[in-house]
Parts: sequence; structure tokens; C-alpha cells
Amino acid sequence: MTLTAKVTKHSGLRLFLMTVFGRAYPRMVGMLRERSWMLWEIILPILGVSAYVFIYRAIGAPEIYIGFVVMGGAMTAFWLNVLWSMSSQLYWEKEMGNLSLYIMAPNSMMGILLGMAVGGLFFAGQRALVITIVGSWIFGVSYEVVSYWQLFAVFMLTMVALYGLGMMTSSLFLLLSREAWHLANLAQEPIYLASGFYFPVKNLTFWVAAGASIIPLTMGMDAMRQLVFPDGSSLGFLSVDIEIAILVGLSVLFVVGAKLMLDYMERLAIREGRLTESKR
Amino acid sequence: MDAQITIPQSRQDNTFQRLVRTFRVSAWLGWQIEANWADPLVFAIYALIKPLASAAIIVVMYGIITQGDFGQPIFAYIFIGNAFYIYVGQVMSGVSWAVIDDREHYRMLKYVYIAPIHIPTYLLGRGVAKFVFASISVFVTLLAGVLFLQIPLDLLQVDWLLFIVSLAIGVNMLALMGLMLGSIVLLLVNHSFGMGEAVAGALYLFSGAIFPLEVLPEWIRWVGFIMPVTYWLELIRRALLPDIAAGFPTLASLSNGQLLGIMLGLTVFFAVAAFLTFNYCDREARERGYIDRTTNY
Repeated sequence: MTLTAKVTKHSGLRLFLMTVFGRAYPRMVGMLRERSWMLWEIILPILGVSAYVFIYRAIGAPEIYIGFVVMGGAMTAFWLNVLWSMSSQLYWEKEMGNLSLYIMAPNSMMGILLGMAVGGLFFAGQRALVITIVGSWIFGVSYEVVSYWQLFAVFMLTMVALYGLGMMTSSLFLLLSREAWHLANLAQEPIYLASGFYFPVKNLTFWVAAGASIIPLTMGMDAMRQLVFPDGSSLGFLSVDIEIAILVGLSVLFVVGAKLMLDYMERLAIREGRLTESKR
Repeated sequence: MDAQITIPQSRQDNTFQRLVRTFRVSAWLGWQIEANWADPLVFAIYALIKPLASAAIIVVMYGIITQGDFGQPIFAYIFIGNAFYIYVGQVMSGVSWAVIDDREHYRMLKYVYIAPIHIPTYLLGRGVAKFVFASISVFVTLLAGVLFLQIPLDLLQVDWLLFIVSLAIGVNMLALMGLMLGSIVLLLVNHSFGMGEAVAGALYLFSGAIFPLEVLPEWIRWVGFIMPVTYWLELIRRALLPDIAAGFPTLASLSNGQLLGIMLGLTVFFAVAAFLTFNYCDREARERGYIDRTTNY
């Protein structure tokens, strides 16, 4: 007796999109099913934001800086998401034994990474939105948008470049073991400092700010602050148009870089037998 | 036939020796876990960059608003509070993090449990490495403050006795708070990873670590007065920078002796509370089968 079952095989773009959806789905549905995440993920950043707001109040800073802190606090959601749920994600997957399944399955690893990015963006976006609303309400931050389309363009380009960076660095983490956790941990406060999460990056001097611009959030936050706060442009590092152009460049660089790095690192990891290792 | 194993008298030790041995080995294990993933130079850079960057964020914020006027007393107040707050994050969170590390990451908590050791002592010992790292970070941060940011720390003016006693009591209190948190983490399914961070974040905001409590809205200021870290940081400031500490009215009505008494009382309270909490959570975790659980959450 032969047992046959009809299996629908997908390929090409359809397979790619299904892979993206399949990897994004657990992140989106997980967040909706386990809603305590939201509470937890909002309380922590609000505590941090409040601490920095009160420092500014203690030293008599102008109110615009309170808005800068709220925006910076909201943007930490994206950075932490890229750091812990994009860059180091393949390391966690390796630790849990999922990575070899991803490699074995007949799908694109870029699809997997893009799915992680889409799901992460959905998750972090909600968190950032709530932090912005709650923070603005608590501290009485007011906004005055100069150009909605530029704001939209800056935000979207920042996200593409940022998650592209996350996809690119995730392949580096494929090769890491115990140091992965420490490296991700290290990339928090120093990046908050260099990217100007809580103050205008322009104050770090030109060359430091220019160097920090490799992190898309540096340019993204600087441009958004110029676009949404009254007098924000006087505290900007570069003009918004130049920052948009830089963000376009970073987006292309990181997305293409992600594809190249992933192909290279995947080959290297297979050759060196690191896909299934678990050095705790 | 019954077999009987007899341990030679030379290998038997009393309870105190067992506790000391547990603490020593656990501290060594904690050190290895924290430090041996990289060569010493890389590790030293790693250990210093994070706290220095945290301090630098506040320095830059202050510098922008005051045009670099670092000679003001409020700057020294903020800087010292922020520097010593490193102990809170490292020691308190470090002890509680040992539970997560051993259960979820290394998956060896069950083996620790079946070893003939005292678990609370083991967890407290795991905080020693964090204490050492925190001490180095605090020292380097203070040094940078004195050398580059006009922090008026005069070693001849420092009340060393008050400083050492306050530091010793404070660190013990933080470790006991960490043990309490670690005990609660034993029972948590979700969010155990953020528990230490959440408590440390709340203490950072409400304890007057980086601004005088008077800056907080009046309706929430009372929270700061029930936080032990508030009194600890005040004592540290009084010991290191007596003139500057005297300029802030928050706890001016209390003498050093009264503050030390409050700290000591709180430490005894946390010692009792920590061991009661541990006993309860430990029993519950065993009954519910949580000791060897891996949530991957």
C-alpha cells in the first residue's frame, strides 16, 4: 500500500514572503497573547526616562530637553530590540537548537532575518508609541511638526537602516559563543551616549557625532527632533535633507551588507561546525 | 547487606566551615563566569566602558545645560550619587541574576541544589565578583571625576571611618536585597530577566541618586524616604564630600549616627526578610518543580 499526500510546494517570492510572515508571526502573536510584556516593557523605560527628565529639571534645563529625553527613551525600544532580538537572535537560536532547523529548511535565511525584523519592528513600535504617549503626558511635552512627510520618511529610513544593521550584525553573532551576551550588553550605554539618546548629538563635537552617525538612530533622532520640536532645528547636527540622504545611504549599505555577510558567515559557520555548538 | 559510608573525621566540617567554603567557592565561580570569556585586557575594557559611558551621559547632559560649569555643588552631588549607584545595579541585581544564570542559561541550578551546600550563602557568594567589578568601576569613575571634572574630593578631608562603615553596611544590605529578589525570581515564569533591572531602575529614580529628592513632585517624594539606598547615598556623600552634602536639605535634620542607625536597622530587616522570603520561595519552587525549569522566555 502506498500512502501519498499532496503537498503544496512554494517557491520564489511566495516562499520568501511566507518565510518572512512565518518568522514574524510568533513575535506579533506572542506579544498579543502575553500582554504583560507591554506593561513590563513600558515601566522600565519610563523609569529611565523619568530619571533623566528629573536630572534636567534639577539643573534647570529648558523644556525642549525634556522632549528630547522622552523621544530618546522611546527610541531605546528600537535599539534594544535590534540588539537583543535581531543581532544576538541567531546566537539565542543556536543555544536553543533552532538554528540548525532554519538552515535545514528550504527557505531563505534573509527571509528569516526579515521576518525577525518585521516582527521586532511591530513589537518595538508599539512600545515606543506607548512610551511617547505616556512620557509626553506625564511631563507635558508638546510637539510642533514642521513637515509630516519628512518625518515619515526619516522614521521609515531610520528603521530600514537600523534593522538592516541588525540583520548584518546577526550573522557576526553566528560565530560568537559566551561573549555574545556581553557584547550585546556592552552596546547599550555607550551607544546611548554616542548617539545622543538624551541630548543633542551636535554637542559631542563634529567628528564624534559624525562617527556616531554609522548608527542610524543618531541621524534619525537628530532629524526627528528638528522636525517635531519648536526650535529643534537650532540644536540639530546637520540639516534634515542631508540626514535623509545619509539614512538612504545607510539603508542600502546595511541591507546589501546583511545579504553578503550572511552568505559569508553561514558558509564559515558550516565549515567550522559552529551552527550547532553550544558553549555556555 | 547494608553498606555504610563513613566520612573520615578530617573531612567532616562544622556548619560555619561549610558556609565559608560555600561562599568562597561560589565567589570564585562567579568570578570565572564573569571574567574568563575574554582575555584580561578585553575584559578590563569591557568592565570599564559601560559604567564610564553611563557617567558620561550625565556629564554631557549637565555640561550642555550649564556650559560646562562643573564646579557647582549640584554636579558633585549628582556625580557621586551616580558613581556609587553602580553598586546597586551590580551587587543587588548580580545576586538575583545568579538564579537566572544558573537555571536558564547554564542549567545547573538543579546540580547546585543537590550539592551539600547552603543555597542562600551560595547566591550571596555569587555577588562577590559583581562587588569587585563595581568597586573598580566606582574607583575609575571617581578618579575621572577628580582629574577631569573638578569633583572636590580631598583624601585628607574624607571621613574614612564613616565611609568604610557606610560602604560595608550598604553593600551587605544590597546583597540581602538581591537575595530577596533572587528568591522571588525562583517563582517567576515571565519577566524574571527584568526583575533586578526594574527594582534598580525604581531605586535610581526615587533614591535621590542623581538629583535631590526635592526635585520630585511632592506627592511621590515619600517613596524616596522609604528607600534604604537614599540613606546610604547620603552617608557616602557626607563621608566623601561633607561640605557639599551639607548644602542639600533632604536629610539635613538627621545626624550621621541617626543615619547609620537607620541603615543598620534596615540591614537587619532585610536580613530577616531575605531569609524568610528565601525559605518560602525555595519551598514553593521545590513543590512546583521550578528548580530545573527552563522557560526560554
